Amino acid sequence: MIFSKDSWREIFDTIKKNKLRTFLSGFTVAMGIFIFIILFGFGNGLQNSFAKYFTDDKVNTIRIYPSSTSLPHKGYAANRRIEFTNQDLVEIKEHFKSQVKDIVVRNTNFFQIKYKEKSNNYQVRAVSPGHEEAEMTIIMQGRYLNEGDITNRKKHAVIGRLVAQDLFNDKNPIGQYIFGSNHSWRVIGVFQDEGGDREERTLYVPYTAMQEIQKNNDKIEQMIVIYNPEMDYAESIILEKKLENFIKKKKFISPEDNRGVYISNTGEQLENSKNFEWLLQIVVSFIGIGTLIAGIIGISNIMVFVVKERTKEIGIRKAIGATPKSIIAMILHESIFITTISGYTGLIFAMITLKLIGNNLEEKYFISNPYIDTGDAIWATVILIFFGALAGYLPARKAAKIKPIIALRDK
Amino acid sequence: MINITNLHKSYQMGKNSLHVLKGIDLKINEGELVAIMGSSGSGKSTLLNIIGMLDNYESGSYDLDSIPIKDLDETKAAKYRNKFLGFVFQSFNLINYKTAIENVALPLYYQGIGSKERQKIAHEYLKKVGLAKWAEHLPSELSGGQKQRVAIARALASQPKVLLADEPTGALDSQTSEEVMSLIKKINNEGKTILVVTHEQEIANMCKRIITLKDGVIITDIQTQK
Repeated sequence: MIFSKDSWREIFDTIKKNKLRTFLSGFTVAMGIFIFIILFGFGNGLQNSFAKYFTDDKVNTIRIYPSSTSLPHKGYAANRRIEFTNQDLVEIKEHFKSQVKDIVVRNTNFFQIKYKEKSNNYQVRAVSPGHEEAEMTIIMQGRYLNEGDITNRKKHAVIGRLVAQDLFNDKNPIGQYIFGSNHSWRVIGVFQDEGGDREERTLYVPYTAMQEIQKNNDKIEQMIVIYNPEMDYAESIILEKKLENFIKKKKFISPEDNRGVYISNTGEQLENSKNFEWLLQIVVSFIGIGTLIAGIIGISNIMVFVVKERTKEIGIRKAIGATPKSIIAMILHESIFITTISGYTGLIFAMITLKLIGNNLEEKYFISNPYIDTGDAIWATVILIFFGALAGYLPARKAAKIKPIIALRDK
Repeated sequence: MINITNLHKSYQMGKNSLHVLKGIDLKINEGELVAIMGSSGSGKSTLLNIIGMLDNYESGSYDLDSIPIKDLDETKAAKYRNKFLGFVFQSFNLINYKTAIENVALPLYYQGIGSKERQKIAHEYLKKVGLAKWAEHLPSELSGGQKQRVAIARALASQPKVLLADEPTGALDSQTSEEVMSLIKKINNEGKTILVVTHEQEIANMCKRIITLKDGVIITDIQTQK
């Protein structure tokens, strides 16, 4: 009987003739699903941004920065400024060659870059070729720096996507010469970076070329150690310690000195960001479940109201021969039908809304590419429909049990 | 058709028990048109509700068409009501979002009759009560008398053995009451057993038999000369 054409006709009839009631219950469900999906999508968007900004760079790297000592050691006074040289790099590379894939140089400068009449201030990183891997730079056009550029101190530059946009508009920048720090640089490549706008307003040049134009020095500001990817977190900590000891010894820094050299392991950052992501996940789930519960309570209220409103009708139907089962079936059938239709309507609208929002909230609200897994969204809708049906079933059963004489009692 | 012996019924009102029917003996044959009279509180509506299987009773017996009716579960009661009984209420009790013809067709839906057939039968009965033209109107667009005639058509549509009318004219003016009663008489003349509960003497006088209740017992049972 539940699936007969006649009971469908009966339901359509009831729905058509009770528009307000249908609208109210349908709206509650659609709204519940809509809000759930939007919030859940935003939560995912927040996670996306987090992943983008904090887990941008290659994870198996250790960064080494020199600084000033705080303790006197071996005849050297405190507050001595430590500096790395090309020679240090060679020696560290040699000493750790079995555990380390590459040690990358990064010397950061800021200066004005000019192309024809256009100019702007940019971060210029003087690096070695391994930096491409350490920073996970993605080449869009041309190529990255290579060993030849380093050895020959070529004045080559790889420019960020936004730098290219700023200076060249639609023009192909490859092979063009830009001017900065009193020298001309030939653009050999354009890159993009998941790290956001700041990363894409950067230029990469050979560190040797930069050393040459800076009075031919051999200073290195920062070394990025790319260790073997097979190494786990604990092993990378040991490597970090070894590096620290080696450098301290080499540079005559007291082993007790907390300063002189800074070492930061992205593995450690990864641990932290994993924890934060987990926390974010909990918050998102909490919001999602909360919205879903609110939706369920909303439908339950509507269903109780609907059944109460129909008490008299149920009495009449029973007096003229409706069995309790057919009453329950009628109410359930109707409520499941309405919740399904409106649930999926809400779902589709929410998905479209998320699509339309896209990356528009990224800059202000730190929400990038909000999305919900279609499977998750459908599950949430099914859960809401199920609880909507359950919420309809309980008062329906109660109403079906009432004696018609009570249901019919006037007003 | 209806055979009731020593029927008792009381209502629980908080701590007190209100004894409404105190031993009713009643036999109604097929084709009778019986008025049940009495002032309010005499137990007449309770009796009708028990006959209509809308309410239970404590002791005694009640047979409808030789079937004992006692302690039915709701499903069974619904089936019997659908098969044996047609109801007409004082307040019409039409489903307000359904048109006249849909209201009349509803008992047939619960009998499992197909929609085309339902439509045909419902139309037939609406014609019988003189409302064929009003088939597609909602109850709110009908007058009181028309509503009651729709209710009568609905009660008849399932071809019940007994038609039960609880103050069918209670909400109608005297002229409309007359019309409704002559419709009821016409149906009775076609052979239907009908029970009418009323507190109006004029309505009762239009029936073939008048039973008067007072304080839960039958005090008079008169055959009129019609």
